[in-house]
Amino acid sequence: MKEHSSIQDIDWTLLGIVGAISGIGVLEIYSSTHASAMVGMQWKQLMWIGIGLVGMALISRIDYHTLLDQAPALYMFGVVSLLVVLVIGYSRLGAKRWISIGGIANLQVSEIMKLIIIIVLARYFAEVRTDRLTLADLFKIGVLTLIPVVLILKQPDLGTAMVLVPVAVIGAFFAGIEWKHLLVGVLLIGLLIPLAWNMRRHLKPYQQQRIETFLHPEQDQRGAGYQILQSEIAVGSGGFWGKGFGKGSQNQLGFVPVRYSDFILAALAEEQGFIGVCVVLLLYLGLILRLVDNAQKAKDRAGMYVVMGVTAILGFHVLVNASMVIGYMPVTGIPLPLMSYGGSATAFVFLALGLVMNVRMRRFVN
Amino acid sequence: MTRRPGAIRAGVPLAPWNVNDQKIPQGRLALFSYVSAALVVFLLVGFWKLQVVQSEHYADLADKNGIRPIAIIAPRGAMLDREGRVLVDSYPSFSILLLRDNPKLLEKSLPQIEDGLGISKEDLQQQLEAAKLEPKFLPVIVKPAASQADIAFVESHRADLPVLELMMVQRRRYPLGDMLASAIGYVGEISPQELEKNPDRYRPGDIVGKAGLEKEYNDEIVGTDGMRRVVVNSVGKVIRTLDNVEAIPGKPIQLTIDEDLQRVAETDFANKEGGLVAMDARTGEILAMVSRPTFNPNDFAVRIPSQEWAALNSDPNTPLLNRAIQAQLAPGSVFKVVMATAMLESKALPASYTVYCPGYAEFYGRTFHCDHAHGSVDLHKGIVASCDVYFYNVGKALGIDRITYYASGLGLGRRTGVDLPGEEPGLVPSEEWVERVYHHKWYPGSTISVAIGQGAVTVTPIQLARMIAAVANGGTLIPPHLLKGATDLKFGSFPLSDDTVQQVTDGMWGVVNEPDGTTSEQVKLQNIDFSGKTGTAQIESFDLQNKLGKKLKENGWFVGYAPRRNPEIVVAALVQSGGWGSTSAAPIVRDVVKAYYDKKSGHLTQTSTAENIPLSDGVVHAAPAPATQQP
Repeated sequence: MKEHSSIQDIDWTLLGIVGAISGIGVLEIYSSTHASAMVGMQWKQLMWIGIGLVGMALISRIDYHTLLDQAPALYMFGVVSLLVVLVIGYSRLGAKRWISIGGIANLQVSEIMKLIIIIVLARYFAEVRTDRLTLADLFKIGVLTLIPVVLILKQPDLGTAMVLVPVAVIGAFFAGIEWKHLLVGVLLIGLLIPLAWNMRRHLKPYQQQRIETFLHPEQDQRGAGYQILQSEIAVGSGGFWGKGFGKGSQNQLGFVPVRYSDFILAALAEEQGFIGVCVVLLLYLGLILRLVDNAQKAKDRAGMYVVMGVTAILGFHVLVNASMVIGYMPVTGIPLPLMSYGGSATAFVFLALGLVMNVRMRRFVN
Repeated sequence: MTRRPGAIRAGVPLAPWNVNDQKIPQGRLALFSYVSAALVVFLLVGFWKLQVVQSEHYADLADKNGIRPIAIIAPRGAMLDREGRVLVDSYPSFSILLLRDNPKLLEKSLPQIEDGLGISKEDLQQQLEAAKLEPKFLPVIVKPAASQADIAFVESHRADLPVLELMMVQRRRYPLGDMLASAIGYVGEISPQELEKNPDRYRPGDIVGKAGLEKEYNDEIVGTDGMRRVVVNSVGKVIRTLDNVEAIPGKPIQLTIDEDLQRVAETDFANKEGGLVAMDARTGEILAMVSRPTFNPNDFAVRIPSQEWAALNSDPNTPLLNRAIQAQLAPGSVFKVVMATAMLESKALPASYTVYCPGYAEFYGRTFHCDHAHGSVDLHKGIVASCDVYFYNVGKALGIDRITYYASGLGLGRRTGVDLPGEEPGLVPSEEWVERVYHHKWYPGSTISVAIGQGAVTVTPIQLARMIAAVANGGTLIPPHLLKGATDLKFGSFPLSDDTVQQVTDGMWGVVNEPDGTTSEQVKLQNIDFSGKTGTAQIESFDLQNKLGKKLKENGWFVGYAPRRNPEIVVAALVQSGGWGSTSAAPIVRDVVKAYYDKKSGHLTQTSTAENIPLSDGVVHAAPAPATQQP
């Protein structure tokens, strides 16, 4: 297969949006940490972005068809890695999520699994080649998705486990899920939520607490409800114009929990106000619309599924993270892509965008 | 399901999934875009609600979060004696607080705190458990009076033990210890009821006067707390100060107390039970006031352990009672001064009235006893030798109405209005009182008991002092008070004829100075016209005897004054279970009066409180450099 990719085929618009969001993120990380013990964190984040860009360039060189060819092997690799993490991975903050690679970087395996599930499901949907998914198809998709979901839940990492689900749901939507199946699915979820609520005693204590906290944040202001409340106070007190860069009291005095990572949007909302939030959320919307544009122009359905898998994950991250920051959802530990500090998470986003570039560069290839 | 066979291209079979025979579902992708846009709008509405609609509410919460108002406690004003010597003052001290914001950090720090401050871990955990229901941002006071070593420990561990914080407070210091304690009173945390009465002035946790002068003049000596607003971070550490309003210290007050006389009286009362009031008989200025047993108000200045407080409160010896104004007891023979005055003023009997005392007398079919068989007794001898039989007859002749009239007129049975909280009125019985309380007619036999200061009549030491002064000065009821330079003092008037004053005071002079007077030779004072009246009152309360588990001896009274007319000083002393007033109370009064005159003539060497101030281990003399305060 001849490669026709060139410098013109790189999606510069997409890169521009990504650069803008990442830049705002780095600045806010600087603002949140410069006066604390974590000073200098923005340089580390810049390093991760650099590594991410290199990874993006590399992954865009390998034809996504080649990657899709390897889907079963990748899936096996991912599942085995997750099992290995559960057995030998080391714990941080009460959860086994990391494996040490050569003692240098600690890789969060579940981030790799996100990439793998995009490729595996894209391959599956492309293979089905129909506009009407049967129940058997849906069942297979469900099993493929739920195996890694359950393994990640075991770590335990409810947030990342949840992130895999939209890839399957969005993929099914484009592959042609029947409306009646969709309806049944929605109804099932509607029924499962109260059932799950009754089963909450089987959840881990920290998960129970998070749910309790979400439902009644005001009951224990300094305890479990603290994070959500402090986040809301940061956002609300920012007002329309914000308190100014480096001047958010909630942020600077450390009232906003993990203000450089999961709650970076709260820190930004406090210092840059509603205006700043508008800019950031519209950039994210721009990113998603640009990704959809790439999906529309994909050479084949497989490419579209890959792009939309990436879009589903990124969109889900933004939706859940922003909702959490304003108290619409419980704290699940889902970072804001490109803005939240974090090596594995940032690397994932760039690699995922590398897949999108990959699809885009091959749109005219016949 | 319609699976199409894999297409063949250039002779190479492709994997079935790689066949590009399906169109991109453009409609659904467009729908996805619209839904995404809608979700972004939904999120923006959420942010709008917080940042624009409720912005002020959250800005307020953010301020409350990061800005902490800290009270700068104003010291209470000192109390000085009449010569400016310090009786009570305040000193700055530090309390050690344990911040509870961060439970994990707290748990980790406990062993180190245990070692450094010498507070057991169980004790710490107990305190934390007790504060469990309080809001988490309120710290626990683990050491109310930190020593220099404790302060050094906290200062040097600021970095690794951020859960510890120093709070500067102002503590009361009572250099005299338990001397004058009942009059001075004590301080404590404001009660919810007090707070409700004065919500603008006080805040929870404020220290206010709870008893005695500390309570009476609380509004005068209390200062105005200052306020410092500081920025704190999420673990409660102070980052910087926003603004600072200095505290205004409370004003000092000067008392009429003379520390020298107080010391003399207190020394004489060592190991005794009772009370004493020494007054300037012309102005009502209280020179000394004793109540024993008593308490040490320094114990209240920090935080009194609840068991200790309960013990003080339930002690049958009632150490918290100020006997000088609150002990309501039968006056015994001191009441004969009232009887003699009433007899002469009412002219119910001639001044020459004489009775034969065989050692007893019969009234209404009952035998009433006397100490001795005094033989022929006139008014002078009746007072000097304290003959009961004489006054039984006087009482019978006067009747209860006239006794009540003169007793009340001389200030018995009602409060003197001294500037102390909780003064008791005592009781002068009357026909009306008996009918109201006991619903029966007055028994004439009761009049006979009242005539010698027994029965239902009860008085306080301060009332007796004022009564004797009034008789000796011709009927002016002086206003007893403790605040030097007090204005709006109300002098009462119950005019007595010169003749009456002459005869009664001659009698009281004889008590001390004549050979058959009731007091012994030692009570006499050279060159001083020392006069007075003894009293020995039987105790009729069996309840109290049972409670104390011991048989009580009689209460000894002596009210002495000098000179014999228009006195300068009057001193009333009560020695409970002291037996004869002549031997228990009279020597004490004599010592105080002697000290007064010695001082006047320059013989008494003054004591200075300066070197007597006990400095407890926890006293901090100068504030160590960076210490922050917590509310």
